[in-house]
Formats: sequence, C-alpha cells, structure tokens
Amino acid sequence: MQPRHFTGLIVALFLTSLDNASGAPPPLPVTEVASGIFVRQGVQEDATPTNNDMIANIGFIVGADAVAVIDPGGSRIDGERLRAAVLATTNRPIRYVIMSHAHPDHVFGAAAFAPDHPTYVGHARMPGALADRGEYDRRRLAEILGVKGTGDFVVPTLLVEKELKLDLGGRVLDLSAHAAAHTDSDLTIFDRSTGTLWAADLLFVDRIPVIDGSLVGWLKVLQDLKSLPAAHAIPGHGPIFVPWPAAATDEERYFNVLLRETRALLARGGNIETAIATVGQSERDKWLLFDEYNGRNVIAAFKELEWE
Amino acid sequence: MRPIVLGIVLLVAVVNLPVRAAEDAATQAARWHDLRVAIFGDRAITDGAGVLTLEAPARALDAALVPISVTLADPPNVKALYIIIDANPSPLAGVFHFGPAADAHMLKTRVRVDQYTLMHAVAETADGHLFVAEQYVKAAGGCSAPSTKNRELAMARLGQMKLKAVSEGSDVNALQLLISHPNNNGMQMDQVTRNYVPARYIQDVKVTYGNDLVFQLDADISLSEDPAITFGLTPRGSAPITVEMHDSSTAVFKQSFDLTAARS
Repeated sequence: MQPRHFTGLIVALFLTSLDNASGAPPPLPVTEVASGIFVRQGVQEDATPTNNDMIANIGFIVGADAVAVIDPGGSRIDGERLRAAVLATTNRPIRYVIMSHAHPDHVFGAAAFAPDHPTYVGHARMPGALADRGEYDRRRLAEILGVKGTGDFVVPTLLVEKELKLDLGGRVLDLSAHAAAHTDSDLTIFDRSTGTLWAADLLFVDRIPVIDGSLVGWLKVLQDLKSLPAAHAIPGHGPIFVPWPAAATDEERYFNVLLRETRALLARGGNIETAIATVGQSERDKWLLFDEYNGRNVIAAFKELEWE
Repeated sequence: MRPIVLGIVLLVAVVNLPVRAAEDAATQAARWHDLRVAIFGDRAITDGAGVLTLEAPARALDAALVPISVTLADPPNVKALYIIIDANPSPLAGVFHFGPAADAHMLKTRVRVDQYTLMHAVAETADGHLFVAEQYVKAAGGCSAPSTKNRELAMARLGQMKLKAVSEGSDVNALQLLISHPNNNGMQMDQVTRNYVPARYIQDVKVTYGNDLVFQLDADISLSEDPAITFGLTPRGSAPITVEMHDSSTAVFKQSFDLTAARS
C-alpha cells in the first residue's frame, strides 16, 4: 500500500525530536513465526505522525552465517528499531537487505542499515520505480513525519531479473521477481527449509489490497505462488503468519469481483464515474480501509481493462 | 501568447511545490484573476449558467486521474472550450477547437490535479463571447506523483489509440478516444543521475470525420496518462474518423477508424 493521508507536520516534528532525545532505539517486538524467521506486525492504518509509518509487516531471516532483512521498514525509526531487533536476536551479520517493492512503507527504513554495509536486493525494475516515485514519496512522508523522521530509501544494487538464490549458511532463500501485480517491481522470497513464502504486499489479509501494478497480472502471479510447496505465508499487511494458499482466497475473490464487474460495465459502454460508484461495493464489509482504497482500485482496474 | 504567459505561471507554481492546505477564497479569486488575464486578456467573461456546466468530483480518489465533464446547452454556437486547473503547475490543461463535424453538447476527459484547486471551463462562442463555469476539487499530488503502473507496457503501447462508442445517458452519438501515452510531465527525479526525467507529453490532437474537423485539441501536461476524450459527433454517412497526435518529442501518431466498427 502507500500512504494516503498527509497531515500533522508540526506534531511529527515534535515527536521526532522526542525520539532523538531518548537515545538508542528500542528493538521492535518481533515474533519467530517459523524457525529463524522473525516478523513484526504493522498496524492496519495509513501513515500518521503517531504510527511513524510502522504499518507494514517487516522482519528478518537468520541463517548459520548471515541475516537477511526483508523489508527495512517505513521510516527512519522503523528501520533503526528493526536493526535493533536483529542485533538483540543474533550476532550473525546483516548481509542482505531485501526490498519486496518500492512503496514507502516498506523502504524508507533502508538507510538505517548502512552501518552494516549490507547488499541491498530488489527487483530489476525497482531502481526505475524509485526514480519515478522516490522523491515524491519522500516529500509526502516528510509532511507527516518531518524530514529527519522520514529516513531514506536505498537503490538496490543486487537486482533480480527472474530468480535468485541467496545463501545465508545452511539456508537458501529463493527470490522471485514478478510481472506487474501489486506494483511493477514485486519480489517474493521462499524459504524452502520451513516452507514459508514471504509474500509481502502480494498478499493482503483483512486490509483491502492496493492495485498499483496490474489487476490481471496480480491474479496470474497468485496462481504461480499457489503452486509453490509453501504451507504458510507472510502477508505484507494483516496477520504475520497465515496458511498458504488458503489465505489468498479473500484477495482473489475481491480481484475477481473487480474484474467481472468492470469488464461487464465496459462491455455496456459504461464510463469511469459509474465504475467508481458501483464496482466492488459487495466487498465493502469485508475489508479494512475499503472506502479509502476501493475507488482507486476501480480506477486502476478500469484504466487497465479499457485497453483489452 | 500561451507559451510565454504560462511559462511564467509554471515557474511560480514550481517554487511553491510542497503540497499546501486549502487556500482561502481571496487567494483563489486572485489566482483566477491572474490566469484569466494571462489567457484571455481584458475580454469580458460572463457567468455561464444556462450555457455550460462543469462537473468534477468534489474529492478525487486518484489525483492523477480526475474525470471531468462539460455540457454545453447550444453546441452549434460554441467555437472553443478551455479547461483550466487553476493551481496546477501548467494551469491550461487543454483548449478544444470545434469543427463542423462536432456535436459539442458534451465533452469529457481525465486530468491531473496537483493541489486543492478551482477548476474552470470557458466556452467561446462563434461571435467571440466567453462564458465560464467553475468547480472546486479536492485532490493533491497528481502532477508530481508517478502514475504509470506498468512501465514496460506503457512504452510498448505508446501511441496506440482506440475509438469506441460509449453510453452517456441517452446520448447515442458519444464516442471515446483513448490514447496510450505516458503524458509524462517531467517532474519526477531520477535517483541515479539526480536529473529530472525528461517530459514527454501530448501537445496536439486533431480528430477529423471524412474531410471535416471534429475538434483540434491544444493539450498539455495536465491531461492524465493515457488520455481519454469522450465527445459528440454529428452523424453523416460512413466516412472514416482519423486521429493525428503530436507529442513533445515531435513524434507523430496517426490512426483511422471505421465508425461502424467503433459502434459494433
């Protein structure tokens, strides 16, 4: 997802100065969902000065030799506190910071890991995505958190074109770069040793998914992911450990409603205003933040499907 | 006149780029006053009640794609239609010049809105009178925000067009033109080079029906990515509809459509 409400600059500056005064950041509360996999649950909100954009599920995987952080967090403090959680959990070095996509709630903690000199990993299209949106996201986030609280993203240097294996020592992570779905630079991580799929924002649970890539593409990527021998998944938003592929059911149902209703409207020669007012309404009570995002999803779906 | 005057407006707007809270009515009125002088000089502009209406969502869901709709009461008498988004970096979003094949009772398009703003539609009649309709739109970030969701597809499809019949209420002669084009405004920064991505946007769209002009559009960066234009047509036989589009890179795209195919 991406933040939508941008208010409270003065409050943000005030809170940032409090953070600075309190010294070393406390480690994030993380849960070991499977052996060596640690996740912090984000709050189901948009970014606010109070939540410091700590809204995504983020964490790390520990191998015999090294640690891979998966999504460095949504702000400076989110990244610093995640780093503190790694240091409190293991003495293995942070070798990789893997970024699942370019949305601000997943990447603005990246610079907090600079002292570890990790390799930053991302989808081959991620540098382009950051070029397009990075400065804009920084400015909008700074309006909420203040310039110092915003943190900074890092352009990945280890790029995944299709597949990449990362060896953490006795534990190999399978990274897959996908075609446009949630965004046009989505990366998933499969941990074969525990059968865990780190789906990030390709899987939203309880909170309404945000389509910033391709509706048709996302449904296709879900089919691919469902064929993985994974028993559990880690969603980008929602509970931190869910049965796979069962947990994709709600998301797929919502996408199919959007697809069916938008195509039907287009076939009747209907316009985008009608689509915004009518498509997806049967899903209203099934998702958090429905009113904030359904209309935007319908616009995205309409704009994609009107070219079919 | 237009490039010079709007160049100045653009400069001022870019300096003020950080998104601000809603402006007061006096600031909005002053801005509109400056704009109308820049665009129309000292010509009188009459309240357009009964002549034209402008519809736009009070609060836009996606600032990079805000649907707007203009209806005109006496289409044969309208020569041109100006769409102005007051607080955008380049406020004059488009000028539609209607030809003999147009049925200008209705015109719709999609625009970017950079901050909370007044929006104006100005109709120019054949005898040179100007009429205005106004709307206030709450939306922010539509110009500087990236809107391309699928970069590979956007480049692969660049310049493609579609023409299709659409239903706008009881209107049976409405057509929608879709143009695949990023209409990139050059306001995003490349992280590696620290340069702004060069702008590439649609400057001119000309639609003809047989040998007759339907409309010619002077466009600008305020149109959404993949611009969509819904317009009316006076039916007259089976002549092809031809669309010719020029963008700021001097590329020219031209495509012809069979009207009966668009309606099937």
